[in-house]
Order: sequence, then C-alpha cells, then structure tokens
Amino acid sequence: MSAAETEDRRSWMPYLLSAPALLLFIAIVLVPLAMTVLLSFHDWGQYKGIETVFILKNWREIWSDGYFHEVFLRTFRVAFLVTLLTAVLGAPEAYILSRMKSPWKGIFLLVVIGPLLISVVARTLGWALLFGGSGGVVNKALLNLGVISTPIPFMFTETGMMVALAHVLMPFMVLSVWAALQKLDPQIENAALSLGASQMTVLRRIVLPQIMPGILAGAIIVFALAASAFATPSIIGGRRLKVASTLAYDEFLNTLNWPLGAAVAVLLLIALVLIIVGSNRIIERRYAEVFR
Amino acid sequence: MSRNGPLALIFHTLFVIFTLAPIVVVCVVAFTPEGYLSLPTNGPSLRWFRTIARYPEFINAFWTSIWLGTVSSVIALAFSVPAALAIARYDFTGREALTALFMSPLMIPHVVLGIAFLRFFTQIGIGGTFLGLVLSHIVVVLPFALRLTLASATGMDRRIEQAAISLGASEWTVLKRITLPLILPGLASGWALSFITSFDEVTMTVFIAAPGTETLPVRMFLYIQDNIDPLVTSVSASVIAATVVALIVMDRIYGLERLLVGRGSGDR
Amino acid sequence: MAFLVLDGLTKRFGEHIAVENLSLAVEQGEFLALLGPSGCGKTTTLQMIAGFVTPTSGTITLAGQDLLAVKPAKRGLGIVFQSYALFPHMTAAENVAFGLEMQGVDKSERSRRVTEALELVGLGKFAERHPRRMSGGQQQRVALARALVIRPSILLLDEPLSNLDAKLREEMQIELRQIQRNVGTTTILVTHDQSEAMALSDRIAVMSQGRIEQIAPPHEAYERPATPFVANFLGKTNVLQAQVQSGQALLGEGRWPVPAGSPPRVLVTVRPEKIGFADGGAQALAGQVVTRIFQGNHWLYQVDTAHGRVTVIRQNSGETAPAEGEAVRLSWRQEDMSVRPAETAR
Repeated sequence: MSAAETEDRRSWMPYLLSAPALLLFIAIVLVPLAMTVLLSFHDWGQYKGIETVFILKNWREIWSDGYFHEVFLRTFRVAFLVTLLTAVLGAPEAYILSRMKSPWKGIFLLVVIGPLLISVVARTLGWALLFGGSGGVVNKALLNLGVISTPIPFMFTETGMMVALAHVLMPFMVLSVWAALQKLDPQIENAALSLGASQMTVLRRIVLPQIMPGILAGAIIVFALAASAFATPSIIGGRRLKVASTLAYDEFLNTLNWPLGAAVAVLLLIALVLIIVGSNRIIERRYAEVFR
Repeated sequence: MSRNGPLALIFHTLFVIFTLAPIVVVCVVAFTPEGYLSLPTNGPSLRWFRTIARYPEFINAFWTSIWLGTVSSVIALAFSVPAALAIARYDFTGREALTALFMSPLMIPHVVLGIAFLRFFTQIGIGGTFLGLVLSHIVVVLPFALRLTLASATGMDRRIEQAAISLGASEWTVLKRITLPLILPGLASGWALSFITSFDEVTMTVFIAAPGTETLPVRMFLYIQDNIDPLVTSVSASVIAATVVALIVMDRIYGLERLLVGRGSGDR
Repeated sequence: MAFLVLDGLTKRFGEHIAVENLSLAVEQGEFLALLGPSGCGKTTTLQMIAGFVTPTSGTITLAGQDLLAVKPAKRGLGIVFQSYALFPHMTAAENVAFGLEMQGVDKSERSRRVTEALELVGLGKFAERHPRRMSGGQQQRVALARALVIRPSILLLDEPLSNLDAKLREEMQIELRQIQRNVGTTTILVTHDQSEAMALSDRIAVMSQGRIEQIAPPHEAYERPATPFVANFLGKTNVLQAQVQSGQALLGEGRWPVPAGSPPRVLVTVRPEKIGFADGGAQALAGQVVTRIFQGNHWLYQVDTAHGRVTVIRQNSGETAPAEGEAVRLSWRQEDMSVRPAETAR
C-alpha cells in the first residue's frame, strides 16, 4: 500500500515543499560552517588581527602544543566516563520505571526526564551550591555522617565536572533506554520465567540484550553532548580546568585569536563526527537484526 | 510498584534524590534572608526575589528570551511544515540526505555553531543584533519543530485526505480544512518544545549575544562566572518554577513521553 | 457501451506488476464486486478508478468520457474507505456536508440533503456527534452517507465492512444492499470476503495476481467456476484425481461421463454440500468417516477414500448421521461436478 501512496518518484512537489528550509540551511548553516573551516586556516596577530591567508599555523600549534593535547584528552576522558556513569545508573532506572504501576510510572518518568527541559545553567548552579561555597552541602553531609574525614574536592575538579554533566545528560540515557523498553514484549519475560529462569537470569539473558541497542544509542547521544558541553564544564571547572569548548570560547572572547579558536572547534566537530559515525557503524552491524 | 523488589526501590529512591537534589537546593537557597549563600534556617524570605526587580539586566534578558523563543519557534515551524509534508508524503531522491541536514543542528556541537554564527554575522554586519539571534535560534530549534510536525504528518491517515479529494476538495482546501487542523496538536507541541529549547540555549548564544541582546541564560551564565550569590539563585529558582509549570501543562495536554520519545505507549 | 469501462488497465510499481491488462465493463446501476486475496490488485484497481493511482497503461471511460483526464477531485465518485477516513475534527453532519460544500451547494439545500443522507443510513439523531464518540458501525454509516450525499456517479467501497464484528457485518450487508437498491447508484465493492461479495453483488470479478479470473453472477461463479483458483476461493471444494476410460471418469465404483476429448487423467471438482451418502447402487465412492463435527445447522465430515480425503457437508435435517469410523458411500449428481484435464491444473 505504501508503494501506491508514495508512487510518484519524479514529482517536483517534495522539492518545492522543502526548498524554503533547504535554502535557509544552505544560507545560514552550511555557509557559516564553511567559513569557520576557512577561518581556522587564517593567520592572527596581536596587533594585525585576522589575516585572510591560507596557512597551517593554527593546526600545527594544536598538533605540537602539549596544552591542547591535555585539553582534548580531558574532554574525551570526561565524556567517556560521563557516558559510562549515565549508562550504569540510567539503564537500571529506566527498567525500574517501566516496571512501575501507574500513576507512579507517569509521575516518576516526569521527575526523571523533566529536568531535561530545565535550564542547564540553573541545574549546574545547583551542583555548584552542593559542591562549593563554604564546604558545600554534599561535603557537609558526608562529614556529618562520618563517611569522610576531610572534604572531597568537587568544585574545579574533573570529578565534579563529571557528576554534574552526568546529571545534566542523564535524561537522554533514560529516554533512550525507555524507548527500547517500550518495544519489549512483556510476554517474553514471562516465557523465560515459566521456563525456570530466575529474575536475575531474565535480566541478564533476556532483557539486557534486547535493550542494548537503546543503551548504545543513548551512549552516543550522551557522549556527543558531554564532549561538546560548555556551560557545565565552564562553571564547575572554573578558569583553570579547560575542555575543548571552553578553550575555544576563551580564544574567541578573551584572547580574541579567532582562527585558533575556530581550529579547536573544527577539530572537536571532526573528532565527534568520526566517533559518532564509527560507533554507529559498529552498532548497526552488531545489532542488524534487532534494528530491522 | 509491586513488580520492583526492595533493592530496586532503594536504587530508585537514591536516583530520584540525585536527580532532584541540585534543583531543590537552588530553590531552597533562593529563599535565604541572609546576604550570602546559606540555607534559610531562620525561616524563608522573599528578599532576593524582590531584589531581582532592581536588576533591569535580568528583566531585559528575560524579555529578550521570551521574544526570541516566540519568534524563532514560529518561523521554524513555518519552515518545517512544508518540509515535513514533503518528507512524510513523498519518496524522492535525496529525502534521507535532506532529513539528515535538517536534523544536523542536534549533532553539531553548539560551540561550533556559536563560532560559525559569530564569524558569519560579523562578516555580513548583523553581529550582536536581535536578527542574528533569531536566525541562529531558528536553526537550533528547527529539528525539534520538524520532528514533531513529521510525527503527526506521518501518523495521519492519508485516506482522510483522499476522502476529501474524492468529495471535490482542491489541494489548497485539503491543506487548509483537513491536513492543518489534524496536525495542529503536533504543531502546538512542536512550538512548545522549540520555545523551551530556545529559552534554555546558552552555549551558542553566549557567542552571538552582545550587551543589550543577552538572553536570560546567557546573563545568568555570565553572572555566575563572576560570582555566585543569592540573587542568581532566586533568578534560577524563578526559571525552574516557570519551567516546571510549563512541563506539567505540556504533560497534561500532549504527554511528555510522546513529546520527547516521539512515540508514547498510547500512540499508534 | 457500458457505463464504466476499464480497458487494458496495467499498473506497475517498479518491477512489481500490481494489475495486468485488466478489462472490465460495468453497467449503470450494477453492483459489482472485485474479489480476491490481498495483493491481487483489487485495491490498486479501485485506486486507479478513484484517481489516487495513475495507471501505467490502459484507459478508463465513464459514460463515454475519458476518466483519466479528470482530476481526482473532479471525478465525482463516492468512496467508502476501509478505515472510513472520517474527518476526526468534524461532526457527523459536517463530515457529510463537506462534499456538498465543495460543490458549492447553498446552505439550506445542504442541511436538507445532509439530514436526508443521515436519515437514509439511520443516523438522524447523531448529526452533531464526532466520529471518535461513535461505534464502528455508526462510523461506517457516516462514511456511507458522506459518499452518497454528493450523488456520485459511482460508489466505490474499499473493504467497507472488514472492521466490523461478524454479527454487525451481516446486518450492514443487508442494509447496504437495500440502500444501494433504493438509490440505484452504480457500485464497485472491493473485498477479500467471498460471502460478502456473493451476498451483495450482481456480478463478481474474481481477481488473482493482477488478473481477472472470472466475471459472473455469484451463483454462476460458485456453481461453474472457470478456473481452479475461483473454485477454491469461492467456498470449500473437493478436487479428486480420476482416470478416464471410454469417456467415463472412474471414481471408486462410480463412473461419471466426462466431455468428449478428455485426456486420460482428469481432476474432478465437487462442492462438499453437493455430496450425499448413498444407500446402495453402483454410482458411489466408498470411504470411511474420519471426523464428524456438529455445526448447528449442518454436519461437517472428513471422509477418507481411495482418491484422498473428501469434505462433506450435510444439512442437519434430523436424519441419523454416520458416526466416526463408519463406512460410507459418497455420491453426487452428474451436473454438480466439473471436470478439467489434470495437466493444466495449478
């Protein structure tokens, strides 16, 4: 039937309909992106400003300077650990949510994914309040409970950055796993139970393999967003602990070396695209049957 | 909740505490009567909420955000409706590529977009203007507008339109009387999601906005970079409260799950 | 010339041929059913008449005019869709009024005709209700009223009853037939349900793999199927292999005359309800009852014979029914069987 409904392959109608959006995107997405790539090859000097030449100076600087290596390594290390953290915490939570009865299911789903729509700045401020200030609420509580004897440094550390980022990006993981769980036939679990499988075995052998594509899809989203996050690393990391995006911001708005900042941003984009496309390939090959 | 064991419920409780803790702490600290960051142990006070009124920078930024979100979401919708109809209805060469292009702002780091727009707008002479903000926000909210429009256009039974055609309706009449009214709920939620996305956007906007065109999250971000005091927590608490209200309203009307996952359990 | 003529109609979707060289003539006021399994091309044919699918080749003429040159919106056909395709944001009355509005019928005339159409389908009291708040049967009637109110030259029904439960379906069949008789609109019904096609239509066109196998009145198609496909598709049937000797087919102890020039091996087709249990005599096929199922107004038997398993249906007329395991002798009248060469059988 679908063949009959979308039969005319050569109709000009779809092109006409999508032309406005396409032209808009060419004009204000593709052109600016191309200009940014060009910018990364331009020269810059303290007094001469941007010089529109085509040189590899900025790229060579990133390639040879250990500081840039450190920043990019930190960016991807934090992104990887944040992804791991959201998967380990978010996937079980999504499963628990899916097994709740209404109205609890709806209420807690709202509680868990609702923060997605709350301003990132406000959420990060919350972590800054918990971590920092005069000792921070978390440290005070842990000290009072006797769990620790000296305050754990959170503010201006990678640990703090990771906890806050995991919180900011957690809803994406829960949503992705939740979507995978919705496709699951509950009868399959019952079938496994009736064959004598324990609850643990059902989880490991039946549920987990089926929601794995959801976890991996969520992981890709979380990784991409963590590696390009800006506000959270900027507030929690402070001026000293830079990641790729805060470094680019510095070059642009403090040092005013736009070409170098553009090179950092373009490198981040390329690295992310390669990682995302690569892992998508692997996942699709591995889970070809599940996706079909 | 009987299907979850006690261990699961303990995990769930800790998870919910983790989720809510930073949001709650902002809202609690905002009510402090003291001049410094502290919990309102001596009873809540509205002192810092009243203080907001004396800071026109926050008030102005708030209105900039409201206008920016409204205008860019409406324009993004106007662009996505025809595009969504094309993608949902026709099997044409380049359909996949076009969809990927329109969805790409979701995957391009907003830092990169911010830099690209800063460079571009400066070159064409609209750097730091409201027009520049609107153009950039159209781009970042369009994927959200398109996704929800697409979902309702795909979910619609094509025979309903065929029925109207067989009864003598012209293409324009079908669009006006049948298609648009039927995808209206999708459009409304697409607008709402676009608005919130625009209202929250900070990473890209921080590059483009200039003093005078700063949005609320940008203003808050820049303020926090200098120092964290009870004033910015009361501003944040207000933003959180407004978002929570919007969230509950949207959940009632459209279902948050359907909005964010794309297909809810009650969906076709 | 007939009212609606399809001539050499063909539709290809890429490699796939949905409809192949289909020709068909429908008389004014006639009720024709396009019957066949899913994927046989019946819906594509209907969509070509409606104008939602463009034929690869062939012509469609309505009252002597080329229908393909007319836009779908201008064809003036009434269509009842399988999903009803009611406008969910309009009331029943607004749904029905829509077509009249498109024709520019003025308001008072419009409301008169809408009321009339809703009365016709027995929904006079439901005019202001939205489709969501109506039952499947009521939605079906709204769809019918909406199609009929524009006084279409042809009424196209696309599996209109398939979403209703069995009891309601039977009621609607009777009603649909009555309404069509009263209004007199030429009607084309697309269905995969042979009993629906037989109950409603004047003629049935049985389709398979994009082609028409047979066009005939229901009774004729049932009694004298032109092809094995038609025989099988229109109800249960028994197909028995038989040897031919001196102009007679040998089946057990029975000898049935076959047409002159029949090959040595033939296939004999007999409907289950035409087979009876013989008391004695030579014209019979011996067998043993394997299963016997009581179905209220009739008994259903499976009988093993030397020529394979035979299905027999006997009216529950009160006579004693042979038990399972009992030996029986099957017989039927000469005119109730059809014979065709074994080689060409599909």
